[in-house]
Amino acid sequence: MKEITFKINGQELTVPEGTTILEAARTCNIDIPTLCYLKDVNEIGACRMCLVEIAGARALQAACVYPVANGIEVLTNSPKVREARRVNLELILSNHNRECTTCVRSENCELQSLATDLGVAEIPFEGEKSGKLVDDKSDSIVRDESKCILCKRCVSVCTNVQNVAVLASVGRGFTSQVQPVFGKSLADVGCIRCGQCIVNCPVGALKEKSDIQRVWDAIADPTKTVIVETAPAVRASLGEEFGYPMGTPVTDQMAAALRRLGFDKVFDTGFGADVTIMEEGTELLGRVTNGGVLPMITSCSPGWISYIETYYPEFLPHLSSCKSPQQITGALLKSHYAETNGIDPKDMVVVSVMPCTAKKYELKREELKVDGIPDVDISITTRELARMIKEARIIFDKLPKEDFDDYYGEYTGAAVIFGATGGVMEAAVRTLADILNKKDIQEIDYEMVRGVQGIKTATVDVTPDLAVKLVVASGGSNIDKVMKQLQAGELADTHFIELMGCPGGCVNGGGQSIVPAKEKMDVDIRAERAKALYVSDAKITKYRKSHQSPAVIRIYEEYLGEPNGHKSHHLLHTTYSQKPKLV
Amino acid sequence: MAYKRSQILICGGTGCTSSGSMVLVKELKKELVKHDILDEVEVVATGCFGLCELGPVVIVYPEGTFYSRVEAADIPELVEEHLVKGRPLDRLIYTEKGDGHHPLSINELGFFKKQKRIALANCGVIDPENIDEYIGFDGYMALEKVLLTMTPVDVINEVKASGLRGRGGGGFPTGLKWQFAHDAVSEDGIKYVACNADEGDPGAFMDRSVLEGDPHALIEAMAIAGFAVGAAKGYVYVRAEYPIAVNRLQIAIDQAKEYGLLGENIFDTDFAFDLEIRLGAGAFVCGEETALMNSIEGKRGEPRPRPPFPANKGLFGKPTVLNNVETYANIPAIILKGAEWFASVGTEKSKGTKVFALGGKINNTGLLEIPMGTTLREIVFEIGGGIPNGKAFKAAQTGGPSGGCIPASLLDTAIDYDNLIAIGSMMGSGGLIVMDEDNCMVDVARFFLDFTQDESCGKCPPCRIGTKRMLEILERICDGKGIEGDIERLQELAVGIKASALCGLGQTAPNPVLSTIHYFRDEYEAHINDKKCPAGVCKHLLDFKIDENTCKGCGICAKKCPADAITGEKKKPYTIDTAKCIKCGACIEACPFGSISKA
Repeated sequence: MKEITFKINGQELTVPEGTTILEAARTCNIDIPTLCYLKDVNEIGACRMCLVEIAGARALQAACVYPVANGIEVLTNSPKVREARRVNLELILSNHNRECTTCVRSENCELQSLATDLGVAEIPFEGEKSGKLVDDKSDSIVRDESKCILCKRCVSVCTNVQNVAVLASVGRGFTSQVQPVFGKSLADVGCIRCGQCIVNCPVGALKEKSDIQRVWDAIADPTKTVIVETAPAVRASLGEEFGYPMGTPVTDQMAAALRRLGFDKVFDTGFGADVTIMEEGTELLGRVTNGGVLPMITSCSPGWISYIETYYPEFLPHLSSCKSPQQITGALLKSHYAETNGIDPKDMVVVSVMPCTAKKYELKREELKVDGIPDVDISITTRELARMIKEARIIFDKLPKEDFDDYYGEYTGAAVIFGATGGVMEAAVRTLADILNKKDIQEIDYEMVRGVQGIKTATVDVTPDLAVKLVVASGGSNIDKVMKQLQAGELADTHFIELMGCPGGCVNGGGQSIVPAKEKMDVDIRAERAKALYVSDAKITKYRKSHQSPAVIRIYEEYLGEPNGHKSHHLLHTTYSQKPKLV
Repeated sequence: MAYKRSQILICGGTGCTSSGSMVLVKELKKELVKHDILDEVEVVATGCFGLCELGPVVIVYPEGTFYSRVEAADIPELVEEHLVKGRPLDRLIYTEKGDGHHPLSINELGFFKKQKRIALANCGVIDPENIDEYIGFDGYMALEKVLLTMTPVDVINEVKASGLRGRGGGGFPTGLKWQFAHDAVSEDGIKYVACNADEGDPGAFMDRSVLEGDPHALIEAMAIAGFAVGAAKGYVYVRAEYPIAVNRLQIAIDQAKEYGLLGENIFDTDFAFDLEIRLGAGAFVCGEETALMNSIEGKRGEPRPRPPFPANKGLFGKPTVLNNVETYANIPAIILKGAEWFASVGTEKSKGTKVFALGGKINNTGLLEIPMGTTLREIVFEIGGGIPNGKAFKAAQTGGPSGGCIPASLLDTAIDYDNLIAIGSMMGSGGLIVMDEDNCMVDVARFFLDFTQDESCGKCPPCRIGTKRMLEILERICDGKGIEGDIERLQELAVGIKASALCGLGQTAPNPVLSTIHYFRDEYEAHINDKKCPAGVCKHLLDFKIDENTCKGCGICAKKCPADAITGEKKKPYTIDTAKCIKCGACIEACPFGSISKA
């Protein structure tokens, strides 16, 4: 590759051709402030915070999109640059709802950090504010235009990464806004509620619909048995909210914290994930042997379910009829657990902690209710759990290590890796291979389906006679490519497809801890958090295959009978239907 | 071709069309039939002559008699007198100085005398809907010359040597731009030629006039550009508000295709070129080149960061050469008459001519083309005929809403790109608005900023929020609520926005404010410190008063007042309740004795 030599703040620097000034500056420890920049996703030079002076250029230039050229001289800290950045930041702040102390993003706000770092002491240009609307109709996402700085990171993520494109710029000049089409609510425009807009928003303009108070109310209600289940990916991100390095699993402190918050039982969604493998694996085998609809596609991700129901409804028969692990756990808690403990399910409140905002919608789906009773009552995100822990003044990092409660708190390594893209597939293959070969296979690290690559294809020789063709994809735009292949008949000989709504799977879900765009320049959060899960799988969990879990074996022996049996179908399977793109 | 003894040219530009010129065409033909001389006299609807103020305009050749403000009812007499009896109809001939002198030829008019028409050469001369007339005026000869005798590099060198600079605002050397697009590598070999006809400056209609009056010149020039840079496809981006221009351009494209002047194997060479019109929805920002290309691609009209420049990565990601209509309109003449001829017109760094749309407080509102280097004074007082009603010239604003205001002390500035920049304004696309003593310069700055902030695309904060904040400050100054430090705040914002906005719209939006503060700071200070508007424009700073010495107590003012703010007894001086007065000025207009004043 060609090399470029140029000067930055008087220092000579050589970088590969095509490197932007922003990237080049980072290599010599010069930080350039940014707001709209989101590596590989939103590189539009809009926010003007990264302006630098280039000798001879007419105006200041945006470092995030300016490729270095031989011989240019860049100044990142000249009086002109500092002045322009300050005025620009003051202007942005003058049109921003600055109720920072009560903002959900306080202390994790990129705008607030910049104002502090650049020493903005006053806002000399106060005036009218353009954003007034707060859209909280969606079950999952609240959009507050008074805080939006129009960086369009959400627009780019929603359009280019997720291929959903329900957010766009509308209007002109001072009145321009980021909005769904026709000024409608996010609830009415084919949003899949993945929450990728939230985790990529630099400020508090997008946030989850908070259910914290409902959880506190349930815990405080003496007539209710309040049970919590936590998804595998949560433990890979929760620590970030308490200062742990990314990728540190905090499973044991989390269990301890949940108990101290007042939950009556602390269980794990991994239990439901293991049951999912039994149900989904059996369903797949059934389809393969009985000539059912293939390829079969996973149904764990509610973002993906909304995507197919809204944009590819003709392929709904490909979906596994299995409920997601959140729902399976909830359904078994409200049936088996309730029966064995003599509790009326109506007096139970099942709370799920999820890396996901779409789960808040999923639990409300009528199709998922059993005899009119929802499997799960309240779903909160990783971020909401952290807020509850902070509000309860629990000193998280000093907590003793504790386990989940028995039985429903037991899970295998196969369940843990559900949180990363390819994990469901790997877990399923582990069980399928054992069952079909009737032995306990030891080589179970299926590396070909691991990793952050958007689309992965593999053929696994499960038995000498059966080569299973697999496709794994995550994130809307990758999903869309797979669906287009399916449409074109290119996946006719594929058996099983795992699709997850968020890029990288649940570890990078819309409910996870929010990482500033600057950190994402250096760290791939999908890979870092996934590491925590694979470490748990390899080193921590006692069992690594779902069918070997004693809890799973027991629930089938004691209650469900057999996978895909009558009881399973009643409790653990569901239906899908086309959903409108526009309400 | 049949022999015609007379030719009647009727302006078919948008201005004259809206004052009824197309009705005149019908009436004329009717009368000619009546006198049975239809086959002796040719009636042609042309493009714009330039003197829009006097429309509808009719010129009768061979005499070149210039009739102005002709109405349908005048036609029978005009035909009877001029065409049957052979004596020009004096009462309709334009008398420039109101001195009764009826110039027989338009060439005698001061409006035309100092002009030099290159880009507009055929406007008002030929029938724009007839390709034969264009060919009759050497049309498509430049393309033929280029294709048969020149290489692309020859063409680029010729354009470079001519010194032609972009007429759309930036003034970038056209030949250099073509060179960049020529040198740019396109992986699949596809390159594009594009034309910016999204004339967004309010009051400017240079490009529209070329499209309406001489569309083939644009087609020919774009084909030449295509040959020079290696493009086989061109797009003309025209605003949908220009229906006549769009229609004539489409007719011209169709005719050119029919004649084999567009399409495959042009002039039997292997050069192929095709043109397509894309309509814009009228956003000012779509005149910015990268926003324009986004719009052609079907995306939201928002500017893209540069680099990459269009010459390397333009339309659909391909190397693209983008010029505006007027720039292209100069090309055929440069090719035919040579770079040296073109470069002999104009100043050292600004060659050729420039078309201006002259408006505001000026007698000859219209379109003019002058050699670069003509002074502002010549434009305003000779070509423009001075300020109406004997008022004093105060300022001229060039460069559209993003230009600056030039005061009377700089009237002798020779107009070219660099001189205008040096005095805080710019060439822009050629809007020229004249202001007189009755214009408040703070109000003027407010007006232009109101336009640009409204037309901002909203992508970058300096433009989206900064221009709004500037407007808010200007509004409060005009409302008498200006506070100390507002001028400095405006300057700080202006400098910040100019340095940091993403595109030309934002980078130039503060110009009217900066230039009016620079040249008319006393007016700002009067508004802020004394709460007075010296020009008597800003309503909140005015008090209406009835002079009790001259008021006859007729009560007309009280009757006209829509706010019931005037009371009094008949035959005694009336008074105005300033608390109720809405400062509409109806009373001043109504008073038969001039007894009411504002100050």
